[in-house]
Amino acid sequence: MREKIIIGLAVFAGALLAWNMNTIFTALPDELNQGAIYRIIYFHVPANILGMTGFGLGMLLSIGYLVTKDLRYDALAASVTEVSLVFASIGLATGSIWARIIWGVWWAWDYRLTSWLVCWLIFGGYLMLRRAVDEPNQRARFAAVVSILGSVNAYISYKSIEWWNTQHPQPVLSIRNGGGMAAGMEAPIWWNLLALACFSAILIMVRTRQEAIANEIDTLRRMAHAQ
Amino acid sequence: MFLQQVWTIAAKDLHSELRTKEAWNASIAFTVVILLLFSFAFDPSSEQIREFSGGLLWMTYAFAGALVLNRSFARELQNDCLDALIASPVSSAALFTGKAFANFALLFAVELVSLPVFVLFYNVPFGAGKYLPMLLVMALGTWGLTVIGTLFSALTVNLRLRELMLPTLVYPMMIPALIAAMTITTNVLAGNDLGFGMRFLVSFDIIFTLLAVVFVDTVLVG
Amino acid sequence: MNALEIDGVWKYFGDFPALRDVALSIAPGSALALLGRNGAGKTTLLRILAGLSRPSRGSVKFQGKLQGSIGILGHGIGVYDELSAVENLTLFGRLHNLPNPRKRADEMLERVGLSRVRDGLAREFSRGMRQRLAVGRAFLHDPEVLLLDEPFTALDDRAIAVLQSMIKEMRDQGRTIIMSTHQLREALELASHVALLQRGQIVHAGERTQQMLDDTGWLYRTYGDN
Repeated sequence: MREKIIIGLAVFAGALLAWNMNTIFTALPDELNQGAIYRIIYFHVPANILGMTGFGLGMLLSIGYLVTKDLRYDALAASVTEVSLVFASIGLATGSIWARIIWGVWWAWDYRLTSWLVCWLIFGGYLMLRRAVDEPNQRARFAAVVSILGSVNAYISYKSIEWWNTQHPQPVLSIRNGGGMAAGMEAPIWWNLLALACFSAILIMVRTRQEAIANEIDTLRRMAHAQ
Repeated sequence: MFLQQVWTIAAKDLHSELRTKEAWNASIAFTVVILLLFSFAFDPSSEQIREFSGGLLWMTYAFAGALVLNRSFARELQNDCLDALIASPVSSAALFTGKAFANFALLFAVELVSLPVFVLFYNVPFGAGKYLPMLLVMALGTWGLTVIGTLFSALTVNLRLRELMLPTLVYPMMIPALIAAMTITTNVLAGNDLGFGMRFLVSFDIIFTLLAVVFVDTVLVG
Repeated sequence: MNALEIDGVWKYFGDFPALRDVALSIAPGSALALLGRNGAGKTTLLRILAGLSRPSRGSVKFQGKLQGSIGILGHGIGVYDELSAVENLTLFGRLHNLPNPRKRADEMLERVGLSRVRDGLAREFSRGMRQRLAVGRAFLHDPEVLLLDEPFTALDDRAIAVLQSMIKEMRDQGRTIIMSTHQLREALELASHVALLQRGQIVHAGERTQQMLDDTGWLYRTYGDN
């Protein structure tokens, strides 16, 4: 059943992505000021939305673990955070490429970029911490605390373009203030978001299964040593 | 009673530190060496120093702070003293707060001693009007560093990779507070007004102090 | 009311149950010897009783309340090397909210035979002296319940004598003692009750009999499975 869901999602997401890429590269014109490179927004924005939402979701799941002490919450939190880290990496990389073309530099130390990089470092640390703790309950507790504190930084990153004057472009999506792209240009962002969200769901399912198996192995090992 | 326990713990840590002076000596020496090294990297006589004076100072404080903060809970490992403390009527919150105050006092003292060194090496104009704002930003920034460092000192104390995990976890968390402190300090030293950074730093301190006090029990007792 | 009521305690490390449905009722004034092989769960149980660890399931109540006045003596001595004997005990006196910590510290140092070296730093003490200081710390606040994890292991003669006399004193005053031990005669002599832990389960709990004292392996042979 699980396998069927995964394959189904993969096919759906793959098809959606392919169709969307077609739209992006053939149907849409180049943007007025940026030229061809603006198309990176179709990966940059969905990746970062998924990353940031994922970190927030990871925080909620961590709180869930702390309240219920059920390790399944922890397994889910770890998977969601790890997948979000991947998307945050994609977001940082795509942003960097765009910046090289438009601003002429690979990186700029403005508040949004810096705070997002900080998030990346914090949740990278989260994964390192998980590797450093053997006992599953202790690992879950510590990871939960880091996740919750780290989410404060995710929030700072989200608000950074409001609180400070940053180099990063202001919101362009129609759901935010000051937004509104040209007709037809915004939709592919949302389609890509859906496709990538499906892929992330697949990754999360695979990863959660891995965590469950690892926990089982740990338990068997302890039982063997106890004899 | 909570305050009394906080005071007892803080006094114990400071008393121990005064006796051995391990963290103090290491921090002071480290700070002076770093300031010296940075002065070779950037010519202290240039005008541009004005722009990143705040950054330099807080980098130095952050590194020196790591030495102090690492020892905070690590000093309890010897002889299993941490177990004796947790088993006593002292709550985890009181234990944390006492240690945070002690760390703050220690770190602030290190900073006060290194500030004149910095002013001297880098020819920073430091008139009397700047003393109070400078002390304020040092206090607020240091509290932010202390609270995060003390919490993670508690978290990493029982890990086998403690020396590696503490900096890995703590430095990224501190960065918003560090950046705010750096910006404010540069403004103070240049004579500009303090700006948004102050509000941000105060909010940061309040939020992370609350989070730390709430979660220290989860971290210490499982 | 029982001094200690352990009810349905389970402790999981991951999915591995280190303690399984442990239940014990300990009357005030009893001295319980907690027996079991290495890895049976003795230390895990003691840590839960001491408040150093939380049970995954179940509860521990001290005279009906969730927290009690407890003293612990584990493998580490639990005193600060860089502080003196009197400073250490005064510190713990303050942490336990004693009315006159300094005076109590001096009394205790007298009791464990360390008043001559009251101002000496703990790190300068011999091993036996450090252990006696640890005993002083554990008994300082006159706890209702004392938790001792293999207390007689690696003690010198003088420390053993001090510890034995203090445990007897506490027992006579109606305090409760729980000691984990490897069937050492010193501990069994002091015990009024025994409990045998095996793979996280209590397989026997009852009064300490003369037979257990005479033939210390009897309990393991009868109730253990080997």
